[in-house]
Formats: sequence, structure tokens, C-alpha cells
Amino acid sequence: MARRTVVYEVTRTPELAPDGSLVHAPVVPVEAELPAEYREAIHGEHMLINIGPQHPATHGVLRLVLELDGETVVRCIPHIGYLHSGFEKLGEYRTWNQIIPLTDRMDYLAPLIYNCAYAMAVEKLMGIEVTERCKVVRVILMEMDRIFSHLLWLGTTAIDIGAFTVFLWTFQQREKIYTFHEAYTGARITTSATRIGGMMADLPPGWVEGVREWLREFPRTLDEVETLLTTNAIWVGRTQGVGVIGPEEAINYGFSGPNLRASGVPYDVRKDKPYYDYDLYDWDVPVGENGDVYDRYLVRMEEMRQSARILWQALDRLPDGPINVDNPRVILPPKSKAMSDMEAMIHHFKVVMEGVRAPVGESWLSVEGSKGELGMYVVSDGGSKPVRWRVRAPSFLNISVLPKLVEGALLADVIAINASLDIVLGEIDR
Amino acid sequence: MTEDAFRRALEQVEHGPASTVAPAPHVPPLEREVPEHPSVTALRARFGAAILRHEVVSGDEHIVYIEPDRNVEILRWLHGDPAQRYDYLADLTAVDYGGGRPIQVVYQLWSIPHKRALRVKAELPLDRLEIDSVVAIWNSANWLEREVYDMFGVIFRGHPDLRRILMPYNYAEGHPLRKDFPLRGRFSRAEQTRRALAMTVEDYYSPYELDLARRLGQPLPEIFAEMLEGRDFAREARGEEGDGA
Repeated sequence: MARRTVVYEVTRTPELAPDGSLVHAPVVPVEAELPAEYREAIHGEHMLINIGPQHPATHGVLRLVLELDGETVVRCIPHIGYLHSGFEKLGEYRTWNQIIPLTDRMDYLAPLIYNCAYAMAVEKLMGIEVTERCKVVRVILMEMDRIFSHLLWLGTTAIDIGAFTVFLWTFQQREKIYTFHEAYTGARITTSATRIGGMMADLPPGWVEGVREWLREFPRTLDEVETLLTTNAIWVGRTQGVGVIGPEEAINYGFSGPNLRASGVPYDVRKDKPYYDYDLYDWDVPVGENGDVYDRYLVRMEEMRQSARILWQALDRLPDGPINVDNPRVILPPKSKAMSDMEAMIHHFKVVMEGVRAPVGESWLSVEGSKGELGMYVVSDGGSKPVRWRVRAPSFLNISVLPKLVEGALLADVIAINASLDIVLGEIDR
Repeated sequence: MTEDAFRRALEQVEHGPASTVAPAPHVPPLEREVPEHPSVTALRARFGAAILRHEVVSGDEHIVYIEPDRNVEILRWLHGDPAQRYDYLADLTAVDYGGGRPIQVVYQLWSIPHKRALRVKAELPLDRLEIDSVVAIWNSANWLEREVYDMFGVIFRGHPDLRRILMPYNYAEGHPLRKDFPLRGRFSRAEQTRRALAMTVEDYYSPYELDLARRLGQPLPEIFAEMLEGRDFAREARGEEGDGA
């Protein structure tokens, strides 16, 4: 497996810095030197405070109840469910294709990954192999949305830790991806781009050239952000050694995606369970070493560069040909044909009114989402609606580790750690 | 769409979908050669009768049905045995097929060192929705089991903190993902609105947190103090909460 450990010229022991160019913010351990009599004096002064659900640093409607000893967190109890919309229940009343609009409302920061993951799971259940062009288009869309989501993470995390400029720069780039979303799907966030067996439409003319042009100038933003953050003393001081979790624990707690890789586990669904020929693309899995907030930052930065690498290759290999499978039982005929050809009209009617039918069975399929391993579990009893549609939301498991990560941290670090996990409440609450 | 179909659809929204005519899930849909899976062979050799069935779905997905009472023993072995080493619990969920059929608890396992997947299922009859918790094996099961409890009402014995997770703590309409749960909920719209408006501050804290605040000596409003008089939180987390059925 191509594995690349993310190494930057930042030393983790400030007194060993060779030329003194890097000055860490002094980190004073709070409890270590506190004389016993003071400890005695403040003993019992624990305090229970509530953060959220409406709080800018909780990245959505997350609520944390913290037990504090002075400024140190003793216990953290997250409360979720404020955005619960019952998507999984609703899905049991929708036909297979009607569920697609529900998927992009879960992770509204990377909607196309959700669209594609759901379609892939249902196609696997139905035994449909999508066309070569469709595969590459989906790879392009998924990698683009990975960058899309990581950019938002970068901007908001930098704001949470106190650097405002990054937010403006990353949102400039995000705006361009929004434009690509809009040009292709007509929507900026609620894309609903996939269909069972293909896509809603083929790529519009000029779209691929637009993406190429954007790819040429996009890495410059990453470079600029790196000059601001990577060796910035405040950034390093606020992130290094904060929210540390080791590899075994990270696996055991269900971490996935960049968070898991920052802890040194090279588990990436694209490499370990390759789908859509990801094994044929030339790219590396960035892996951190220390499992702290800083490494999660480095891993995501490198992942954006790797995604750009995949994007270049995918744009080059984008084959011609049909984008939808040639199967009138799942794919709508062209509108002109439905109006002129009797058989096409019947297929059109059946696909719209009855919906696509899936055989009896089930499928659990996961893709590498922007937040982690995104699993889709679909169970069918042979009808046009699922018996069960379950989403294994990566953020749900990532945020469940928060109480462990923040134990013993400072209150200000809770914000940094929470931001570093890259959660989106839409998929946590579903 | 005929009027009949329209009425059926409306009824589904009101009363939950009718059970389907499809064969019960414990009957394998097709008699065919089931490909080998190294873990299943090993499981059979070690646990024998506790391994009930082996199915393959969607081409390459292996499912093993196990005796629900021995789930911890089997899963602990799958997690710890060096030849199996399913160290990553990818997913834990449940499926209700409706029509009075048992609810399946689904463990989706993945072995990072061996790059191998296995799905383990345990079927629980509706009148005994209890299974041992696997939090001691995978910490990731903590919230996943809470979600299954919240959505399906499955009790996980030995779970450290089994309470609702997505629905409010005082939710009284039951477990939403059960097939007998209507899409719009059990209560009328008026009743749901009334309850939403009647929510008080303490409804937003779990009893455990209120108890914590009391023990920390934080001043509690009188109403909380009254509420906390002589309550056993460990028992409440398991039993009384929200079973409106």
C-alpha cells in the first residue's frame, strides 16, 4: 500500500529548534506544579456548564455538558439529536430513487459523496454495474467534494483556533466548487446528482475544462494557508499534543477517515476495499504519527493534494460513452423517446410510478467519505421500497470519542478538539 | 395510480407499512453453493451449534447468524483471535422486517490487518428484545447500541449508559424505527405540539447530569431537587424511560 507519513519541518520539542525560528507558545501544565494546599483549597469547586446547542464553535446543533475543575475538563457529556429528521424512517416510505434527495441533506458539506455512496449500495444490491464513464464521473465528483468538505473544515477550524484569514481564502475556493455543483446539478448544496444505474445527466459542455482550470490554481491556496498555519507558533502551540489518541484506541473507538489516519493507522476504504478502480489511480494515503489536532490538520491538508492528484488522472481518463446503464427497468428513457415510442412510455410510467425494484437481499457498502468511512446498509424484501436503509455516519462515531479526547484538557482545547474531528450534525442526527 | 393504491399508501403513513409477502429472512432465498469464508469455517469449528446459518448476499457479503445468548463470547473471540482479528466494528444496527418477525441485531465487522469483512447477526424475538452489550470489546459500540435501543427498543445488558440518544429523554411514543411505529408518530399532531410546548428545562438534561449537578453542590432549582429525591438512575436508564408502547 502506498503510504506516506506526513512530515513537516516542524519540530515537536521547541528547545531543540536549531535556528530558533520557531517559538512555541508556552504550554504550562496546569495541575503538575500546583502545590497541594492550593489543590486542597479548590477541591470540590467543580462546575457543570453547558455549551450549545446554539453555539458557533460546536459546528451545528451539538450540545456539550462539561464538568469543569477550574479550567480543566473532568467529564464531557455530548447531547445530540437536535437535528434528527428521521431520514431512515422516511426512507422506508420512499422508492429507491426517491431516497437520493434525502442523502445529500445528511452531509450538506459533501453532498455528492453521499449521493454516490447510496447509489453504489443500491446498485450492488441490484447487481448493476455502472458504465465506465459513470464510474469516472463519480470519482471526479467524490474527490471534488472531499476537497470541498476539507476546505470548510480548514476554514472553520482556523477560526475556532483564532486565525480568521484562512476562512476567507478557503471559502473563495469553495465558492468555485459550488459553481461546479450548480453548473452540473442546478443546485449548490442539495445536489441529488445520482440515480440508480447512472447519473441525473451527463456533464455539461465546458465543465471538465472548468474543473481543470480550477485545479491549476487551487493548490496555491493550500500553499498560502500552509505559510499561515503550519509553522505558526500560535497554531502549533494550540494544536500539538492536544486531543491525542493512539492507534489501537482510535480503532477501538471507531474512528475513521482522516482522524484515524492522523493516529497512524493507514486504513483508507479507497485502498483497502477499492471501488471504482481507485487502485488504478496513482496516489498515496497520508498518515500522521501523533494523533493530535496538528496531525489531523496535516493529514487533511495532504489529502486535499492527493485528491487533486486523483482528479487530474480522472479527468484525463474520462472515457466517452453512455453515462447510464442500458437497462430500461432502472433508467428513464429520454423524454423525446417516451413521447414517441410506446414501449419507452410504458417503461417511463413504470419507473416513475412504481419505482425501481430491488431483489430480496441486503448490502452493506462503504466508501471513504470526507469525514470517514461512510457505510450504507440497504435491506430489500423485493419491493420498490427498502425494508431498512441505514447510514453508518462517520461523524456519529467520531463525535462519540469526544468525551475521551477532552478528558483532562483545558476548556479552550475542547473547542479545538471538537473542531478537529470535522463533524457535521446533519449526518450525526440523521 | 388507482384509488385503492392511493388509500393503501395513506394507510401506510398512518399505521406503518403492512408486512410483505416476501419469504421470511431466515429462509435463504436461493439454494446455492455458499462460498467459503475463513472466519466462518473457524467459527463453525469452534462454536458449533451456536453458529446457526451462513449466507452470502450481494455477491461477496458473508452473513453469519449466531445464537444471541452467546454473542459476546463469539464476538470477543472474533476480535481477539490473531487469525481473525476483527478489530474494527464498522457498524452496529438492527433490522425490523415487520409482521411479527424477530428483530435482527447486525454487527458489521472489519479486520484492518487481514482486510476482511464479516457480518454477524443475532435474531431477537419481539417478546425478548435483550442481548448482551459488546461495549467491553469495542468502545465504538457505546453510541451505536444506544441508537439501536432508542430506535428499536433493544435492551443491551451491561451497557454502561443505556439511554436515548437521538430522541428526547422524555420521548413517550416508543421506538421510531420499529415497523409498527407509524410515520407520523403515535400521538396526534395536537398532542405532539402540546408536549413540545410543555417541555421544561430539566427535560434537556439527563437524570444523570442533574444528579451530578446536585452532587457537585451546584444550586439546583427547587423543581429539580424535588425530582431527584430518591431516584435510582441506573435502573431508570434501563427501564422506565420512554417505553410508550
